[in-house]
Amino acid sequence: MLGQNDQSIQSRMQGRVLLNKILMVLFLLATTVGLVFLVLLFYRVLTQGIGYLSWDYITSFPAPFPQEAGIWAGIVGSVFLMVIVATFSVIIGVSTAIYLEEYAGKNKFTDFVRVNIQNLAGVPSIVFGLLGLTFFVYMFQFGYTLIAGGLTMALLILPVIVVASQESIRAVPAEIKEASYGMGATKWQTIRRVILPAAIPGILTGAIIALSRAIGETAPLIIVGAATAIYTLPDSLLARYTVMPIQIYKWTGRPQEEWQFVAGAGIIILLAVLLLMNSIAVLIRNKYQRRL
Amino acid sequence: MSKVMEKKNVETSVENNKVSANTSKKAGDSSVFMVENLNLWYGADQALYEVSMEVPEKKVTAIIGPSGCGKSTFLKTLNRMVEMVPIVKTSGEIKYRNENIFNNKFQKEYLRTKVGMVFQKPNPFPKSVYDNVAYGPRIHGIKKKEVLDQIVEKSLKDAAIWDEVKDRLHENAYGLSGGQQQRVCIARALAVEPDVILMDEPTSALDPISTAKVEELVQELKKKYSIIIVTHNMQQAARISDKTAFFLNGELVEFADTNNLFQNPQDKRTEDYITGRFG
Amino acid sequence: MDKGLQSDRNQLNVQELIENNKRKTSIGAKIERVIPWFLLLCAIVSVLTTLGILFTLLRESIGFFSDVSIWDFYTGTEWSPWSGSYGVAPLIGGTLLITLIATIVAVPLGLMSAIFLSEYASDKVRRIIKPVLEVLAGIPTVVYGYFALTFITPMFQGIIPDLGIFNALSGGFVVGIMIIPMVASLSEDAMNSVPNALREGAYGLGATKLEVVFKVVLPAAFSGIVASIVLAISRAIGETMIVTVAAGATPNLTFNPTESIQTMTAFIVQAATGDTSFGSTIYYSLYAVGMTLFVFTLIMNLFAQYISRKFREEY
Repeated sequence: MLGQNDQSIQSRMQGRVLLNKILMVLFLLATTVGLVFLVLLFYRVLTQGIGYLSWDYITSFPAPFPQEAGIWAGIVGSVFLMVIVATFSVIIGVSTAIYLEEYAGKNKFTDFVRVNIQNLAGVPSIVFGLLGLTFFVYMFQFGYTLIAGGLTMALLILPVIVVASQESIRAVPAEIKEASYGMGATKWQTIRRVILPAAIPGILTGAIIALSRAIGETAPLIIVGAATAIYTLPDSLLARYTVMPIQIYKWTGRPQEEWQFVAGAGIIILLAVLLLMNSIAVLIRNKYQRRL
Repeated sequence: MSKVMEKKNVETSVENNKVSANTSKKAGDSSVFMVENLNLWYGADQALYEVSMEVPEKKVTAIIGPSGCGKSTFLKTLNRMVEMVPIVKTSGEIKYRNENIFNNKFQKEYLRTKVGMVFQKPNPFPKSVYDNVAYGPRIHGIKKKEVLDQIVEKSLKDAAIWDEVKDRLHENAYGLSGGQQQRVCIARALAVEPDVILMDEPTSALDPISTAKVEELVQELKKKYSIIIVTHNMQQAARISDKTAFFLNGELVEFADTNNLFQNPQDKRTEDYITGRFG
Repeated sequence: MDKGLQSDRNQLNVQELIENNKRKTSIGAKIERVIPWFLLLCAIVSVLTTLGILFTLLRESIGFFSDVSIWDFYTGTEWSPWSGSYGVAPLIGGTLLITLIATIVAVPLGLMSAIFLSEYASDKVRRIIKPVLEVLAGIPTVVYGYFALTFITPMFQGIIPDLGIFNALSGGFVVGIMIIPMVASLSEDAMNSVPNALREGAYGLGATKLEVVFKVVLPAAFSGIVASIVLAISRAIGETMIVTVAAGATPNLTFNPTESIQTMTAFIVQAATGDTSFGSTIYYSLYAVGMTLFVFTLIMNLFAQYISRKFREEY
């Protein structure tokens, strides 16, 4: 009797252990699926685009023939756009974070601002495009210009920068704030000389990650009218412009296969820029993480 | 080591007598703080009850009591650091040099340049030793490098840390040992030449040797500064202070000359505490 | 010993210097008063952004609904704005079809990845795989679109020969790949925050790891997992470039994934790039569709926030 019971428990046990092992392999496989597609994507882009990647490609304007087309206007446009986006989003974003963390009282308005920022982060990017179209393009009459695109994108990444800045400001130890107030420092002196210097690495990391999202964004810029083919570089805030993802989008949409190679070459450059930005962010984070 | 310290103790106690003899001559105008009927609440919880005391000038006043008795709260009220907690309410008066510090016209930033503070855990800024000490003068508008150099050197010397850090003034203060960090923090407080220095259990995070150095330093500093020190260590209070206040459950139970308080406590609760019956 | 304190008692008196500087620092006092107002102004920008979005979507949609009745818009089943039919159902259908495919791809893969990372993987493995997986979320969507059109579609055509160049299947599939890290990362966070004591209790009764996962970890982390899925779905609904590039521009009320469709987002791109003149009905229709999209994602996001707030109360 007893022996039989033991046996059945043991055999059931073996089944349970086996099932555990099988499913563990399944979970592992599922995890690798995402990674496999990541590798496939990189491989595909590299093999498609590498043939068209050359110095001429980097320094040329768009052209009607694939062999002559280049991404120079996109690179310059993206850089200019990022300068505008960074200026506005970092100043406004960091200020908002300082306000929320250091000045705001615990009241309904503060809660409202917090929830509002959380919700803005979930609004589809294309809706920001519609916002920019109404306000910056038409109401402020900027037209389809660099400044209209830059402001639209700045608002789009604002929540990311606010949240990252809030987190790094919150991480500044209370002890050193106390030390500053204890010396007779005012609030702003404490913020400027103690809190911000200690929070800057985190803010910078967050800002770079937010900008790397902005540099790959396409949809809102289509709505606020980034040009698809342009033969001059923007020379003012009110100039027309294009950016790398828009050029890639246009080339991808053309039916002839050669254009896909042109698009592939553009993607290689875009991904290289993203890789560079993210590496810088990681470097900053690693360098300063141990300090505090 | 212990011999040297003994010798110094003798020296300092001789000096103590001199100093107290000096100050007792001009008693009357020699108090820095007059606290009258101070009550303090964190929200609905009362933390201090009707505290009244007079803090003497250029002496070491120790505040002892079991943890949670309100001694740190009391200390932080003296330079209004307690207001960092937004729900704090007070009643009663604290006069610093005959001015009520709760008066609206009395700026807390001004108070804090007169009443410096050293905290429980060494809390240097993540900056160089030099920038740490120069912080106070800088925020109060002193920018000239020669002046700052002078202040930094003098403060570090006064805090008895100059010899240890003079070659690494521009290195991050986080690279120093805990005891060194705490003395840099003392130097930082000294840099604005305050009138009073508040110390909130300044040695509780330090090893015995660093503790001895800080205690020695306190003896030196009282020649120029009035010092109020919170400590959970009764031996420390007995060693370094001239007067001692005993707090219990937010009340000031007894305040007397240190020798009297420890040898001849007037209140039963004080006696119970110093003989180790609770706390 | 005395040298330290007394010898330096020279010409320098810091409190006097501070006192002298005080007169000069009235500018400082002004800055002190102005700064909070400047910061508040910046904080208000984010509120204005929300108000701006609501204002523009509502105003232009109202403009649209004066041309096309709201009833026709939401009940009509034909969307061909250039010939005057404004029934939004095909666009909503297209969006839902893409979202459904993406969910079918991302939820099982993302959840299994989360279980593996949280319960089976060693710390070292997790610290390598999680960031690499998150790279998937950082790749620009136009790149995914390119990948879907030039690689995934030809691959699927090998299996389903009559699959068109533009189809919902590869668009939805790639959107799914894109949102895997959202499901995996957020679910893993939720599972990680399940207290170890709960697991140990079950192990103590002789449970295998798998049983602990299904009987302890998943139920305890349930609301966090649901929130991660809802957020990922909301992301899929708003996704634009992948579907614009790969899923086509054919408003088509169908649940056949091999057909070409058009999502709400893809229509907005199409209309904005075409020669749509300011003030025309098509121009206004952009906003009516945009508002519908906005309401969809807003509801999803609020739902996710509600769930995760409840979740935080549990521990």
